[in-house]
Amino acid sequence: MTTLAKQLALVIDLDVCVGCHACVTSCKEWNTSGAAGPLSDQNAYGAEPSGTFFNRVQTYEAGVYPDTQTVHFPKSCLHCEDPPCVPVCPTGASYKRKEDGIVLVDYDKCIGCKYCAWACPYGAREIDEERQVMTKCTLCVDRIYDELLPPADRKPACVKACPTGARLFGDVKDPDSEVSKAIRERGGYALMPEWETNPANRYLPKRGGGS
Amino acid sequence: MNPAWSVIVFTTVAGAAQGLVVVVALGRLLGLRMSAAFAGGALWLAFTMLLVGLGASFLHLGRPERAWRAVTMWRTSWLSREVIVLPAFAAVVGLWAASGGASVLLALAALLLALGLWWCTAMIYACLRFIQEWAHPLTIVNYTLIGLASGAVLATALAALLGDGFVQRAVAPWALTVTAAAAAGRWLALQRNAGLKLRSTVQSATGIRNPRVAQAAMGMTGGAFNTREFFHGRTLAVLRSVKLGFVLAAFALPSALLLWGLASGSGAAFVLAALVQAPGLLAERWFFFAQARHPQNLYYQVVS
Repeated sequence: MTTLAKQLALVIDLDVCVGCHACVTSCKEWNTSGAAGPLSDQNAYGAEPSGTFFNRVQTYEAGVYPDTQTVHFPKSCLHCEDPPCVPVCPTGASYKRKEDGIVLVDYDKCIGCKYCAWACPYGAREIDEERQVMTKCTLCVDRIYDELLPPADRKPACVKACPTGARLFGDVKDPDSEVSKAIRERGGYALMPEWETNPANRYLPKRGGGS
Repeated sequence: MNPAWSVIVFTTVAGAAQGLVVVVALGRLLGLRMSAAFAGGALWLAFTMLLVGLGASFLHLGRPERAWRAVTMWRTSWLSREVIVLPAFAAVVGLWAASGGASVLLALAALLLALGLWWCTAMIYACLRFIQEWAHPLTIVNYTLIGLASGAVLATALAALLGDGFVQRAVAPWALTVTAAAAAGRWLALQRNAGLKLRSTVQSATGIRNPRVAQAAMGMTGGAFNTREFFHGRTLAVLRSVKLGFVLAAFALPSALLLWGLASGSGAAFVLAALVQAPGLLAERWFFFAQARHPQNLYYQVVS
């Protein structure tokens, strides 16, 4: 796999995330209304609501009472540098952009075979039940380059929405970027390193032990 | 994984068709005296089964009208390669059947394409390195052996029904041999999977280093694609009964019936073997999918 000169990614600070799901709802709002939408819902007001989301916040409890720590854990596509979902796609609908490393799905080419979702160890892809195509986080590709937006707003919707600043966005290949510094200084780590997918998104661990 | 009936039907029906074509192709190449009724009947049956398999595979797609696009990524995708080999194989079998089943060249082409199709189908699963139950050469061995066995059993049944006693006697030992080999291969895979140590843990999935990590919420209340596609939702008891069921129906009972048929020369034994084996094959494939534990399931352990 060739290494790209630029790789956009999110860095998520688990020490700061409070599990409010603002990133989940802002992601849904932006992406259901934008170029990547709509992200359909099924039975939205029923007992078993379901729908397409690019981002989820989960909660884990580490340790044994009374020495426990609650960890809120946002999860979206990690934009792997060696994405296993891309080569398995039979139509070329799944691809990784050379210019910035974002992994995207061309919804007009996707046949909805779900093979890429099987090939993602992180469960980062969700089929849209209404459109029957595979969907995933785009890092708000229709937002971050939009020159009609003020420069401060050219960030993924989840990053803009986070009230505690737990989500950082930038180029992990630029050693002077905010994300690279955070990864260096805080020991930013990759999920499931055992599969050598080299995820671009990194997580900053909780400070002060406990977990 | 949650087994999809479209894929189960496609892989078992096409697999048996491939095995049936292999019997006719080997018979032709080795100069076996097959009646025209058997050779033609077997090839047309295989062709029909391949069309059924092809149809079932379309049912797996969310956007079947775009299926043609799936031939484009053959350089990297085993699924794309399968999408090319399957219609090519069906076309050769159809052409061979239509031309009377005499051509040695078409027999050779059909033989190679049948083997190629097993390879592609199995590699779709075996190449996913983090689905450890599948990521092993045994996946390729078993797709091939189970296809060979089911096709051979079907060939003996067809020979019995068409009154081709010579083919029935000649193919029965082959059917018994490949069924025994398939049983052995599947047993090895079951043994391997029973002792499998999964490389991903909730610690590696989240990066939380504490030895005790429990999920408190998975981020939604009513489930999602992630909870529907990757969980079969059946109890361990159901899984055990399906396993016992397919060991008996796909391998043990057909072997006993083949032995009975070989000893007595009774055509009914071969027909019965094929009838008993069919549900066993479906159960085997269901189990193949259900037993695979996807690492993404580590993120979806608690509904709340």
